[in-house]
Amino acid sequence: MTHPRTEPYYQPQANEVALYEAAYAARLPVMLKGPTGCGKSRFVEYMAWKLNRPLITVACNEDMTASDLLGRYLLEDHGTRWLDGPLTTAARTGAICYLDEVVEARQDTTVVIHALTDHRRQLPLDKRGELVNAHPDFQLVISYNPGYQSVMKDLKQSTKQRFVAFDFDYPEAAMEAAIVARETGLDEATAARLVQVATTARRLKGHGLDEGISTRLMVYAATLMHKGVSAHDACRMALVRPITDDADIRATLDHAITAVFP
Amino acid sequence: MMQAWRARLDCRFAEVEAVFEDCMQEARQVLSDSGMLAYLDSAATLGKLGRGAEPVLTFLQTWPQTAATVGEDALAAVMDGVRTINKSPNGRAIAPLLQTLPAVSRRLVTPNLLQQYLDLGLHILAQTSGSIHGIHKTYASPCLIAFFESAPQVLQVLSMDGMRTWADYGIRHYRSHPDQQHQYFTLQSADSRAVLQRQRHGTLLVDHLRKLDLYLQALWQDPLALVPYAITPDPDKPMLSGQAPYYDDEGMRLPDVYDTRQGVSGLDRYRIAMAHMAAHRRWSRAIYADNFSPAQRLAIECFEDARVDALTLRTYPGLRHAMVALHPAPQPDACNPQTHSCLRHRLAVLSRALLVGAGVPSDAPVTSDTNATLLSFCERFQESMAQGESSTEAMANLAIAYLARTRCQSDQFADTWFADTVVDYRDDNRSLWKFHELSDDEESFATHRTSADTEQLHHLPPRHYPEWDYSSQSYRPDWVSVFESLHPSGNAGKIDQLLAKHSGLVKRLKRMLDLLKPHARVRLRHQEDGNELDLDLAVRALIDLKANRQPESRINESHRTDGRSIAVTLLLDLSESLNDKAAGSQQSILELSQEAVSLLAWTVDQLGDPLAIAGFHSNTRHDVRYLHLKGFGEHWDNEVKARLAAMQAGYSTRMGAAMRHAAHTLSAQKADTRLLLVLTDGRPSDVDVHDELLLTHDARQAVKELSAQGITPYCVSLDAQADGYVREIFGNNYVVVDRVATLPEKLPKLFMRLTH
Repeated sequence: MTHPRTEPYYQPQANEVALYEAAYAARLPVMLKGPTGCGKSRFVEYMAWKLNRPLITVACNEDMTASDLLGRYLLEDHGTRWLDGPLTTAARTGAICYLDEVVEARQDTTVVIHALTDHRRQLPLDKRGELVNAHPDFQLVISYNPGYQSVMKDLKQSTKQRFVAFDFDYPEAAMEAAIVARETGLDEATAARLVQVATTARRLKGHGLDEGISTRLMVYAATLMHKGVSAHDACRMALVRPITDDADIRATLDHAITAVFP
Repeated sequence: MMQAWRARLDCRFAEVEAVFEDCMQEARQVLSDSGMLAYLDSAATLGKLGRGAEPVLTFLQTWPQTAATVGEDALAAVMDGVRTINKSPNGRAIAPLLQTLPAVSRRLVTPNLLQQYLDLGLHILAQTSGSIHGIHKTYASPCLIAFFESAPQVLQVLSMDGMRTWADYGIRHYRSHPDQQHQYFTLQSADSRAVLQRQRHGTLLVDHLRKLDLYLQALWQDPLALVPYAITPDPDKPMLSGQAPYYDDEGMRLPDVYDTRQGVSGLDRYRIAMAHMAAHRRWSRAIYADNFSPAQRLAIECFEDARVDALTLRTYPGLRHAMVALHPAPQPDACNPQTHSCLRHRLAVLSRALLVGAGVPSDAPVTSDTNATLLSFCERFQESMAQGESSTEAMANLAIAYLARTRCQSDQFADTWFADTVVDYRDDNRSLWKFHELSDDEESFATHRTSADTEQLHHLPPRHYPEWDYSSQSYRPDWVSVFESLHPSGNAGKIDQLLAKHSGLVKRLKRMLDLLKPHARVRLRHQEDGNELDLDLAVRALIDLKANRQPESRINESHRTDGRSIAVTLLLDLSESLNDKAAGSQQSILELSQEAVSLLAWTVDQLGDPLAIAGFHSNTRHDVRYLHLKGFGEHWDNEVKARLAAMQAGYSTRMGAAMRHAAHTLSAQKADTRLLLVLTDGRPSDVDVHDELLLTHDARQAVKELSAQGITPYCVSLDAQADGYVREIFGNNYVVVDRVATLPEKLPKLFMRLTH
């Protein structure tokens, strides 16, 4: 559980902060959609800070089971002891529970959140025979990336239709440059050039790239450049190499870097 | 001195006499004393060959230049070659050989390379001169003269090795066709140009299409087809309007090959050319040309090009280096206005100043009025650009003002100064202009001429595939034309009758299918909730429990059915031999194939795998027909059955091309396993191929290509004697069905065995 003391940096792109506050006021579960590295997790951290709620983040993976969320019995010298899982803890204490990349979890796992996310706001712990009533401050947030998911990995309609959703995308160029500059201390002109490189890569999505260069990768590149690494090396290392193994795309992006950074 | 030389030459041709003194003076400049004597002796020999004045005259004129590049020691080799040619029936080739020596020697600068060139000439002579009884060469080679005449042009683009390959190809393929041989060596035939193209040095557009497509998409967001056009490699004609890149509705047209120039790689040159065109498409607006004179248009194009380049550099400053390197750097005083029209030159100087000065102050010193004008217009250009993107109209005004300021009388001269004025990464600006009225001299490009007959016959344009030539271990480029069409339809009921006839077999197949299905199950372990206990994990968990450690709670297992992922193309050989009666049966092989294919299609449909069926036959390499019977998207329904019912056999078996074409569609299928089943009844053959091994080797090469693409070819041969060649083509992936009558039963079973 984290309880941010200092304000996380988040640059609103539109009125999403106000909308989230409204959703929280009604305790509606929230779904955040968008490509990787565009600021979904940062947004949740920021909102948790702004609403002054503790935040519990769970990174979902395909080996995750229901008990990883709900809790399990632990063995002790004198018998067993129940340990709440992150979701149960959040429901009991009134935290914001954030399930990151929820489609990665197996579909039977995601079903456990159903009772929590409708009017019941209850969490049945069948192993324990307990029905946890969610704390009035509790809120569930999930995120997923509709971009690279295959047909196999999609949320069930019954799950999807329990959330209000925010669509995230990379910020527009000027704002993104400002964000990169603010995050790393790099000057804005250079940051703008970085965004230009990223934009070229985003146009190749679907032409052999699954996903464009994220804001997060740009921040990495900017960090390297701020540390004195040359622009060409930093871009190649942080922007191009991670996202593709395709020689043609790599050559094109490398060329874009030389074209943008003289 | 001159008298002594004349005496040594000992030649009384009047034509020689006329040029003798000039030649001697020229030779004196480059040749040593001994070289001079050898020169005269060789000329004397040539004069006495009895072949008239031409050889000696040519030699006297060309040798000094040749000697200047390769050295005078090469003379002995040349004279040896001449003597050999003279002894053959090819005496007339001596003059062309000597005539092209200077041009050839400019490319082959060492005596060693020149020797190789002469050897190649003699090799061609030996291979192509005709003989009657196989002993004496009696007929002149039809191509030797053509070879010597094309040599300079070929060497412009090929190295000596490339030229040897090119010549070998011509000799090998056209040895028995004198006319085609001549066409090949004069670079008139399509094959000749294709082979030349493949041997070229430099960056070929086709090799980098994807990279360049991605470039346009990523940096310009302007996806446009890239179309290569052939450029004639001739240094005497710089790239003028006909050779410059251009774009139209159908795409960007770029030269098919770019060499590295000024340290800019061919690939980067393509990118710069494309950047320039994309910039025009983004920032230029077509303006009416009718009111401008040609000179004004030239100037407007110059300013407009500079404008879009400047805008490009604003976005992508990293391109500056390459752009400046590719722009010619004309010397300001290279062109003399007294003798030449300097307009192009003046604009080229201006263009460079605008390009280099677009951000950096021009380094040209202000020494004269011309330079002052130049600088003032550079400033006006920068001012215009400083306010934003400026516009084509603003550039037009600037250009007209510039022309008015600098106009001089000599601009009207016919003798135009061209050196260093062509910026070859820039397009010809045809899209910059629009016309109020289409004049007579308007060239119309890409008018489609279609002949009604071929349209009727083939609905789709042909696809060309290479063919493997085992004797040279190389591909014949674009050798085979494959026409793809839908198979005509017949009566679908016929297939249903066939299936009914085999109802017993169908039942047995069905039982086999049912047996197969449960096997496709995969065990899922480490489940918290599952159907069964996974004993291994349960025991381990119990041990942990007893040892007071945290036990693993995921001790169950369950099963799930495995998704089959197989895509199959069945390729049927529909050649003439299928009409034969099968041994021990009243039915023809065609009818049996029909039954077998129907059963197979039914089986595969039951299994739910994607299946395509196609037939092929060929009538020479120009007409390989590929007939669709069933596509991947189609179900086993009446339409497909109707096509299958109309199956007919005819012509020959060009297997390699058909397999390559089948692979083309099959490789687009998303499946873990892609299987190409080839059903054939004989070895690959065609009426225009006399070497029966050729198509066998080609098919084997096609199999290799398919394997490289992740496609498994598998052959079902109905030829009982097939073992020899089928193994050679398909390796171990084949089965020979000896009793063709059993085919309907065997084929579906074989398929099931193969895919499980």
